[in-house]
Amino acid sequence: MIRILFALLAALLFSLPARALEIQEVTSPGGLRAWLVETHDIPFTALEISFRGGASLDAPGKRGAINLMTATLEEGAGTMDAQGFAEATEALAAQFRFNVGDDTLDISARFLTENRDASVALLREALVNPRFDQTAIDRVRAQVLSIIASEAQDPNDIAGETFGKMVYGEHPYASSINGTAESVRALTREDMFEAKSRVMARDRVVISAVGDISAAELGPLLDSLLGELPETGAPMPEHVTPRLDGRVKVVEYDSPQSVVMFAGPGLKMDDPDFFAAYVLNQILGAGGFSSRLMDELREKRGLTYGVYTYLVPKDYAELWMGSFSASNEKVPEAIALVKAEWAKAATGAVTEAELRDAKTYLTGAYPLRFDGNGQIAGILTGMQMSGLPIDYIESRNEKVEAVSAEDVARVAKRLLSAESLTFTVVGKPEGLE
Amino acid sequence: MLRAFFVALMATTAFAPARAETVSHFTLENGLEAVVIEDHRAPVVVHMVWYKAGAADERPGKSGIAHYLEHLMFKGTDDLAPGELSKTVAANGGSDNAFTSYDYTAYFQRIAADRLELVMKMEADRMRDLILSEDDWKTERDVILEERAQRTDSDPRALFGEQKQAALYLNHPYGTPVIGWRHEMEALTREDALEWYRSFYAPNNAVLVVAGDVTPDAVRALAETYYGPLAPSPDLPERARVQEPLQLAERRVIFEDPRVAQPYVTRSYLAPERDPGDQAEAAALTVLAEVLGGNQATSVLGRKLVFGSGEAIYASAFYDGMSIDDTQFTLAAMPAADVGLPEVEAALDKAIAEFLAEGVDPAQFERIKTQIRAGEIYGRDNTEALARRYGEALASGFSVADVQGWPEALMAVTEDDVMAAAAKVFDRKHAVTGVLTRPEPTEVAQ
Repeated sequence: MIRILFALLAALLFSLPARALEIQEVTSPGGLRAWLVETHDIPFTALEISFRGGASLDAPGKRGAINLMTATLEEGAGTMDAQGFAEATEALAAQFRFNVGDDTLDISARFLTENRDASVALLREALVNPRFDQTAIDRVRAQVLSIIASEAQDPNDIAGETFGKMVYGEHPYASSINGTAESVRALTREDMFEAKSRVMARDRVVISAVGDISAAELGPLLDSLLGELPETGAPMPEHVTPRLDGRVKVVEYDSPQSVVMFAGPGLKMDDPDFFAAYVLNQILGAGGFSSRLMDELREKRGLTYGVYTYLVPKDYAELWMGSFSASNEKVPEAIALVKAEWAKAATGAVTEAELRDAKTYLTGAYPLRFDGNGQIAGILTGMQMSGLPIDYIESRNEKVEAVSAEDVARVAKRLLSAESLTFTVVGKPEGLE
Repeated sequence: MLRAFFVALMATTAFAPARAETVSHFTLENGLEAVVIEDHRAPVVVHMVWYKAGAADERPGKSGIAHYLEHLMFKGTDDLAPGELSKTVAANGGSDNAFTSYDYTAYFQRIAADRLELVMKMEADRMRDLILSEDDWKTERDVILEERAQRTDSDPRALFGEQKQAALYLNHPYGTPVIGWRHEMEALTREDALEWYRSFYAPNNAVLVVAGDVTPDAVRALAETYYGPLAPSPDLPERARVQEPLQLAERRVIFEDPRVAQPYVTRSYLAPERDPGDQAEAAALTVLAEVLGGNQATSVLGRKLVFGSGEAIYASAFYDGMSIDDTQFTLAAMPAADVGLPEVEAALDKAIAEFLAEGVDPAQFERIKTQIRAGEIYGRDNTEALARRYGEALASGFSVADVQGWPEALMAVTEDDVMAAAAKVFDRKHAVTGVLTRPEPTEVAQ
C-alpha cells in the first residue's frame, strides 16, 4: 500500500546548503594556502591540517614509525613534558587530535576565540618543537604494541591485514600502519624525528578552517603555526594496481561467525565515470535497507545483520569493496548471493526507479552533511585532497543528476565482474569450497 | 597518545549544554510530550520519537523483546509496505535508524528540513498501526541472532562485559543484556512482539524531539495533525522494576578466552543515578570520573599508574548518571607487558586509597571547570547530540528543567562534594571486579 508516498517524490531537486557556503581561498603572507568558511555563530574555530602521504611514507624497514611519531606529537613539546602539554591544553579548553592513515596525517584543532592565540602557540610547539622524550616514546610504544597484539586476535583486523597482503603486494597499503611488534620495538628516538621530517612538510599540507575567524586573522596564524616546517619531505608512494583474481582466501579463526571482505576494481574520484559508479554502488550495496545486497542477504533471508559496499578511491589505488559477517554455516550461501548480485549488476541493468531513488538519496543527503563547523572543515579538506575545485559543492549534485542509465551500464561493464571479485573469510565457514 | 582502548568519554559529551532560549517544550492533549530545538545554521532537521520502554521493562524470560520489536517496527503498517519507511526516507535524501537501551527505545530520521512532514506522517503511522506478516517476523529473528553473533558472541570483551553486568545486578533487570540472552531470543514470537507493542507504543508513553531548521509553531502544528489524532493508551504499565537488595558481598568475574590479546581488569561499583529534581550527587560522580580518569596525562589514575609507576598502559574511570535505576561507576586498568593482573589490580586499589587520603588537586579541578564551561560552546556545534540528550532524559522521566540545570549542577560541584561522593561509592561490597584474560597454556604430555 503506497498512499503515503505522496506527491513529494514527483519533483525532487535539492537546493544546496541553503545558507550557501562561501568558501574563501586564503594565502598567508608566508605563502600557505587554506580554504576558509567564516561564520561567527559560535565563538570557536575548527581547524583541520592534513599532510598528504600519511603513514605510507614510512622509510624502508621502519614500518610503524610515522604512526608512533604521530601519537607522540602531543607527549611533550618545547619546555613542556607530556603532562605539562596536556595541562596547558586543558587550561585553554582547546582540543587537539592527531591521527594518521594510509594517505594522510591529520591534525584536528578546536579552540575558543577568547583563547585563540595561546591555543595556536601551544599547538605550534607540538608541530614544530615536539620533544619525543624517550620515556614518552616508550610509553606510547607499549600502547601500540598492545594494539598490534589485539589486532592479531581480532577477526576484522585479521581480515583487513590478510586482504591487504593479497591485493597490494609490496606496496605500503599491504601492511598495517601500526607496523609489526618487531619493527615497532626497533624504532629509536632518531626515527621519530626522521619520520616527522618525511611527512610533515609544507609542500604537502592541506588546510581548512571554519568558524569565528577572518581571512586576515587566519593567514598570520597559519604562518606562525606551520611556517617553520621544512619545505619538502619524502617522495610520495607509487601507484599500485591491486591484484584481484577472484580468489577466496579463508583464515581459520575460532568464532561462531565469519567476517567476509570482498573487492573488485574501483576508480579514481576524477574518473569521468566516478559518479556513475557512485550511483550504481548506492543501488548495489551502499543504500542500507534500499540496497540490492541488503535486500537479498538480510531482508529476504536473515543471513546477516548487515552488508555494505563502498568505493575506495585511495590516493594510490582504487577498489570497489564490501563486507559482512554471517554465521559460519551461512557463509557459502551468502557469498554465492554476493557473487550473483555482482554478476547481475555487471550487466549494467538498473530499473528507472532504482536510478531515480539512488539519485534523489545522494543529492538529498549531500546538503545534510554541512551541519557543523567541524563537519564542514572535514569536507573542505576532503575536497582539497581530491583536487576538487573550490566551487565543487555547487556543481556536485548536477553531476549526480546527470548520470544516465547508459552511464551506469558503461561503468558496470567496465568494472564489475563476479570472476574478479576477491574474498577474504576469517572464521570457520562450513562447506565453502 | 592513543585513544583506541575504550570509548573515550569526551568532556563535551559528559558536560551537556542546554541553552534555554533555543529550546521549547509542549504536550499534546493525548499526552505526547514534545521538545523543539532550533538551529538554523543548516537546512536540516532531526526527527526523533522516544518510547518510555526499554529492555529493563521486559518480562522475565522474554529478554530481547524490546530490541526485537524495534527491528519489527520497520516491517510496515496498514499504510506502509515492509521497508517502505526507510526506502521513502532514503529516496528523499534522508537517513533513519533506531536504537534500544535499558530505559528507552528510540526511532529517528535526519532529512532536509522541508521534508519534516513526510517523516512525521510515517512515524506517527507506525505508533499505533504496525502489521507483522507471518514471513517477516521469523526472518527478522534470524537477523537479531546474527546481530548478537556479530556484536557479542564474536567479541570476548563483549561477552565478558555481559557476564560482569549480570553479576553486578543481583535482582534488577539491568543485569540482563539489552539484545537478550540467546536461548530466550530464539524463542521470541510474533505474539510476544505484538504484546510488547500494544503495551508500550502510544502517544502518552512517547517523547517527540525535533531539532534543526524548524520553528516551534510549525512543529506543533504538524505534531497536532499527525500525532494528535492517535489514541492514548488507558492502561500503560507502571515502570516499577524490581530493585536491588542491599548488596553485602563483593563479586569476581574471571573470563578466559584464547582470543584475548590484551588482558585487563575492571571494577564496577553500584552507584546512584541522576534523579529528576535532584542531580547533585550524580554531578559529583560525573566530576569524580573526570578527576580520576578523564585524561591519561592529567587524571589521578593516569598520573599514578601510567605516568608514575608505569604498571598500566591505560587506566580510566567511567560514570554515566542518565539512568532510571541504580547505575555503575567503573574503573579499568590494562597492565604493562611485564605486569600481572593481580599486580595491576593492587596498584589500582592503592591509587584509589591514596586519592581518598590526598583529595582533589585544586589546579586539576579548576581545569575541569574550565572545560565544563567550554563544553557549552563546543556543544552548540552538534544539535543532533543535544536532541539525543533531551530525548534520553525525558524518556527516562527527567524534565526539561533537569536537562537545562545539568551544567549548573556540574559547575556547583565542590572538591568536598567529589570526595564525599568517592568515599560513598567506593564500597567493595557493592562491586564486581572483572578480569579478562587468556587461559593458562596447558602442558602437553609427551
